[in-house]
Amino acid sequence: MLTIKNLHASVEGTPILKGINLEIKPGEVHAVMGPNGSGKSTLAQVLVGHEAFEVTEGEILFDGQNLLELEVEERALAGLFLAFQYPVEIPGVSNLQFLRTALNTLRKHHGQDELDAPSFMKLAKEKAKQVDLSPDFLKRGVNEGFSGGEKKRNEIMQMLMMEPRLGILDETDSGLDIDALKTIANGVNTLRADDRSFLVVTHYQRLLNHIVPDVVHVLANGQIIKTGDKQLAMELEEHGYGWLGINEAEAAG
Amino acid sequence: MAESNKPEDFVKHEYEAGFVTDIESDTFEPGLNEDVIKRLSQIKGEPEWMLEWRLEAYRQFQEMTEPNWQKVNFDPVDLQSISYYSAPKKDTDKPQSLDEVDPELLRTYEKLGIPLHEQKALAGVAGAGTPAEAEASSEGGGAYSNVAVDAVFDSVSVVTTFKEKLAEAGVIFCSISEALQEHPELVKKYLGSVVPRGDNYFASLNSAVFSDGSFVYVPKGVKCPMELSTYFRINAENTGQFERTLIIADEGASVSYLEGCTAPQRDENQLHAAVVELVALDDAEIKYSTVQNWYPGDENGNGGIFNFVTKRGMARGRNSKISWTQVETGSAVTWKYPSCVLKGDNSVGEFYSVALTNNYQQADTGTKMIHLGKNTRSTIIAKGISAGHSDQSYRGLVKFQPTAEGARNFTQCDSLLIGDKCGAHTFPYIENKNSSATVEHEATTSKVSDEQMLFCRQRGIDPEQAVSMIVNGFCKEVFKELPMEFAVEAGKLLEVSLEGSVG
Repeated sequence: MLTIKNLHASVEGTPILKGINLEIKPGEVHAVMGPNGSGKSTLAQVLVGHEAFEVTEGEILFDGQNLLELEVEERALAGLFLAFQYPVEIPGVSNLQFLRTALNTLRKHHGQDELDAPSFMKLAKEKAKQVDLSPDFLKRGVNEGFSGGEKKRNEIMQMLMMEPRLGILDETDSGLDIDALKTIANGVNTLRADDRSFLVVTHYQRLLNHIVPDVVHVLANGQIIKTGDKQLAMELEEHGYGWLGINEAEAAG
Repeated sequence: MAESNKPEDFVKHEYEAGFVTDIESDTFEPGLNEDVIKRLSQIKGEPEWMLEWRLEAYRQFQEMTEPNWQKVNFDPVDLQSISYYSAPKKDTDKPQSLDEVDPELLRTYEKLGIPLHEQKALAGVAGAGTPAEAEASSEGGGAYSNVAVDAVFDSVSVVTTFKEKLAEAGVIFCSISEALQEHPELVKKYLGSVVPRGDNYFASLNSAVFSDGSFVYVPKGVKCPMELSTYFRINAENTGQFERTLIIADEGASVSYLEGCTAPQRDENQLHAAVVELVALDDAEIKYSTVQNWYPGDENGNGGIFNFVTKRGMARGRNSKISWTQVETGSAVTWKYPSCVLKGDNSVGEFYSVALTNNYQQADTGTKMIHLGKNTRSTIIAKGISAGHSDQSYRGLVKFQPTAEGARNFTQCDSLLIGDKCGAHTFPYIENKNSSATVEHEATTSKVSDEQMLFCRQRGIDPEQAVSMIVNGFCKEVFKELPMEFAVEAGKLLEVSLEGSVG
């Protein structure tokens, strides 16, 4: 589904990713772990097309398409979804209006009819319930005055609505208590399917107790230095990143 | 795709109302003098007192100089190069019915989405596209259904619809020229009572040369049964439009009124210097909404309308209310401050405004709330959106006179910047001569951020739609004050004003 070959990317001339190779097959959940500053979030941002990052080398294929040639919105319509680490507020635009615009754009792209208002409401309420958001949140401005946890649940709710081919979670677990973490994990798990994959970027292993990955990668200094199964995450939890010879303090600098 | 996806690239303006109607007109030679005023008054068959009133205004005007304190730059207007009267040619008198109106004119208004056929209007023929939120509640009824329209083309009113239906309710809605013939006592009583002849440079000019405009009188206790609307269109070259609008709501009456405006795309600047006067007596309510879309000039700042307008409402009676709502996307230079004089005890003044400037547009706009009566209250919500190289200022005055015991004001000014070449400024003036008065002022400035754009686009929404959605969200508090038919229209207008080519 997703093939990353020798990906190099930099921001304002500073190299961040230094030759990433990664292959995600349909139905797989991959976790990318690593210390702060290792390039995890950059990888997520480059995949969706954040313009602050310049790809200097390598290629990304998504369902056989050259992803780097596509605009941000084209990548989204092709089935790429990013649950942002820091979801932005859009004052005055209700969650409902935003979601309905997004969903109907996607449906149109796939040659489907737009959802009428009642069917849309029904669907939105159902998905909100799945992540423990009260229907009141649907009427509020996008992320306007939401707590950190509410913002993250809102991201997952959007993912449940959009049903992407590849869901990317960028440190969705950061700042969440254990109940919220479980709620989010449940949301993601209901979406798991043979033709849908996930890339879960996280600093901590605890999210991976609930979203169990097929493959775990450890990223350090812009490169994948180790790949394994879920056991790798457990060992990291136990021994810390230093166990792989990574100086976390230095990497974070 | 490196730099081409900044929010500011999606706000290129396509002006859709920029066409010219090819129609024969009677137009005065350019120039301003007493003879021009006399001819104008004569053509309109005005009573003697009206001519005297105009000439006195002209005398006062000649003593004045063009103001220059506003934060806008433009070449001085040469008043001698403007024609002060232009009207579609008609051999006979004013058309008695729609069938007698030049079909070319009807087509012009149809093209602008303003149906002048009453039956079509009732059927909601405009069928405007509806933004998602308004959709649910407006489904079935298109824009402009149940709205009476007075269409003003250059210097004259060409037709007023739904007159009979309004007459049944006792409401007078006609052009001011007609009102001078049919109801001179009302015009004489109220004209200049809110904006005096010598009020300011452009108001005095208007008082001397105004050619047409709308007149509304809602009698005691009557709630006007439909929305009233005037649609102003400047067509002829080298003309100015000087319309005069006078709205009176007698005791316990209420009316909601909307004006819309467009002009053809021309390289020269054209002057629009209107005066609007509102009078609300005891327990009366006037809601005045504007959707202003005068030609703003091209993307290099050539041409466009100079919009120098004096609008003022007098909440004269106890418990009266005046509410201004405006959505302004047009004009090269805008300079206006719809104001409320809160004279009656417990009277209320409101000002809700969205102003969008793009390219090289300049706007210095805001409001004045003058509190005279006890327990008077005013609310100001002003939203400014600046894009391109445009420059926008909010200028507002809140004044409490010693008599304004217990008066209150709340002001909120928000500016939204798109790109980094535009400007937004706020000049709030507060004069308080009564220690029991309360005033609150909030102001914010924000930008359409790259992060917001990325967020929307990552959900599959294209950049133009994303900018439009963010801007609409920013304006929400004001849009909800517009009559339903026009809230949809305003959202659409904003969308069009923000339209541009991708990449």
